[in-house]
Amino acid sequence: MALLDINNLSVRFGDKNAVPVVDGLSLTVERGEVLAIVGESGSGKSVTMMALMGLVDAPGIITADSMQFDGNDMLRLGRRQRRKVVGKDLAMVFQDPMTALNPSYTVGFQIEEVLRAHLGLTGKAARQRALELLRKVEIPAPESRLDAYPHQLSGGMSQRVAIAMAIAGEPKLLIADEPTTALDVTIQAQIMELLLSLQKEQNMTLILITHDLAVVAETARRVCVMYAGQAVELGQVPQLFDEPAHPYSEALLAAIPEHSQGAARLATLPGMVPGRYDRPHGCLLSPRCPYAQANCREQRPALDPKRQSLARCFYPLNQEVA
Amino acid sequence: MLSFIARRVGLLIPTFFGITLLTFALIRLIPGDPVEVMMGERRVDPEMHAQAMERLGLNKPLYAQYFDYIGQLAHGNLGESLRTRTSVWSEFLNLFPATLELSIAALLFAGVLGLLAGVIAALKRGSLFDHGVMGISLAGYSMPIFWWGLILIMFFSVSLGWTPVSGRIDLLYDIEPRTGFMLIDTLYSDDPGAWLDALKHLILPAIVLGTIPLAVIARMTRSSMLEVLREDYIRTARAKGLSPVRVVFVHGLRNALIPVLTVFGLQVGTLLAGAVLTETIFSWPGIGKWLIEAIGARDYPVVQNGILLIACLVILVNFVVDILYGLANPRIRHQR
Repeated sequence: MALLDINNLSVRFGDKNAVPVVDGLSLTVERGEVLAIVGESGSGKSVTMMALMGLVDAPGIITADSMQFDGNDMLRLGRRQRRKVVGKDLAMVFQDPMTALNPSYTVGFQIEEVLRAHLGLTGKAARQRALELLRKVEIPAPESRLDAYPHQLSGGMSQRVAIAMAIAGEPKLLIADEPTTALDVTIQAQIMELLLSLQKEQNMTLILITHDLAVVAETARRVCVMYAGQAVELGQVPQLFDEPAHPYSEALLAAIPEHSQGAARLATLPGMVPGRYDRPHGCLLSPRCPYAQANCREQRPALDPKRQSLARCFYPLNQEVA
Repeated sequence: MLSFIARRVGLLIPTFFGITLLTFALIRLIPGDPVEVMMGERRVDPEMHAQAMERLGLNKPLYAQYFDYIGQLAHGNLGESLRTRTSVWSEFLNLFPATLELSIAALLFAGVLGLLAGVIAALKRGSLFDHGVMGISLAGYSMPIFWWGLILIMFFSVSLGWTPVSGRIDLLYDIEPRTGFMLIDTLYSDDPGAWLDALKHLILPAIVLGTIPLAVIARMTRSSMLEVLREDYIRTARAKGLSPVRVVFVHGLRNALIPVLTVFGLQVGTLLAGAVLTETIFSWPGIGKWLIEAIGARDYPVVQNGILLIACLVILVNFVVDILYGLANPRIRHQR
């Protein structure tokens, strides 16, 4: 059975009729795989994972047919029950490490807190384990870092601490929400390398939320492309890069600066992501899509699992004509 | 940290001179002098008046009087009361525990209730509770203390008869002063009713004195907490699967307390000012009542040095708060 099986997840803010931020998303993630979720800002990548973690607050409304994680339906799990899973089997690393750590507590305290809550470790045992975790995330001189406060650490160091906190409960699924966006370029590669080596070492499943396609190409095996709250394409890594099926995926790839070499301007998709007042009746990309036909503006395509490549499009690209 | 303390102490010197100059000048600006007040309604014989003034050293020019006063202070001498002929210092020591007890009770009341109300209001932002607490605290902040005290006395003491009207303890009890804190001294007493009686005497004045700090602390805690709850590290704490109580109090309140602590320190000054009024209303035998009476009698040494002592106290408390602030906020502690 898959580790994570999200079925028809929608997240709205306000009331039931509000425009969904995440719109009917279904996603399956197998044990031990690395999945990347890509999409521009506001496409619902983070909110999807926050919904899974139970971090969406009122006025956010979450609806789904099911949200199976490791045999539990996270949607129907009681708060107390969910807290036993979140932070232990299901952990998350956030975007900005400089604000993600509590400024009032030492690094050691913040790591030991997880060990106490989920593994029942206290005192010396917890400290020992926290030290091991700092070693695991390759922090130099870990003994002295245990008593350091977050403001004494650099961004990259803080992110390593955040990762140590996340893997403290030996999670089955680690969600990394743009873990390198706030960091220097040189540090970015180190953090990605660390995440991947931890993933292999612990045979952990990794969901990587990013808008950096270069990172995706190097790390993930499978990609989910999101646009305006919907998954528009699910594909394997080399294929999706070589032969994107969805026009939006194609546009994303075209916008990579290296692909525009020699051109005067970067390739872009005209228009904007539809908002709350201009959400199209048909396919959400139809106002911007260069291939849009009349029926694209009338009906919304579904993500049909029977097709060769999973794309939410009536006229997928790069398909062999049967 | 040491240089931080040294800098703070350096600032104390001009503050100290400012206070002496102010109290010295202000009390002399009030018409009348100690001799006149002592003589009362009767016509004062000008010759006797002059003699008395000379004996008290009040016939000298003002600058000379001021230098005498400073000289005296430099020797650590706070002088003696013109009325009772006992030293100002011993009178202060005698009465201060009563004020301290009242102030601690008021701050406990304000701190515990204010923090709790502020935290809950922040968590339930926009709810009826939130609006209620904020409305009431605005009313509490705007309330004149003397009027609020009288209303409470009329309602709880006069109409309901739940609490006594004034004083620290019923005359029935003969309590030997050991610590000066009635709630502690009564524990040594053989009569078990004494402690309860002392508590009953303390409740209303503590509420009256604590009302303004309560309002300030509640509002400050709420806004500070609202800000902190939006922080990323709160999300991190929740993502760790910690209980809501731990997230709110360990991760939230700890950070929200930093600005509240500063306000709390500033409230100590307001508190002592409020104590003067509260003690007068409730006939509470503390330094507030003592100072009011001294002003009435133009008891120059008591007024000057009493206020100086209170000012030193406020400075000391703020100093302690500054240090606590450093302890609460590691980012300040590690600064040079």
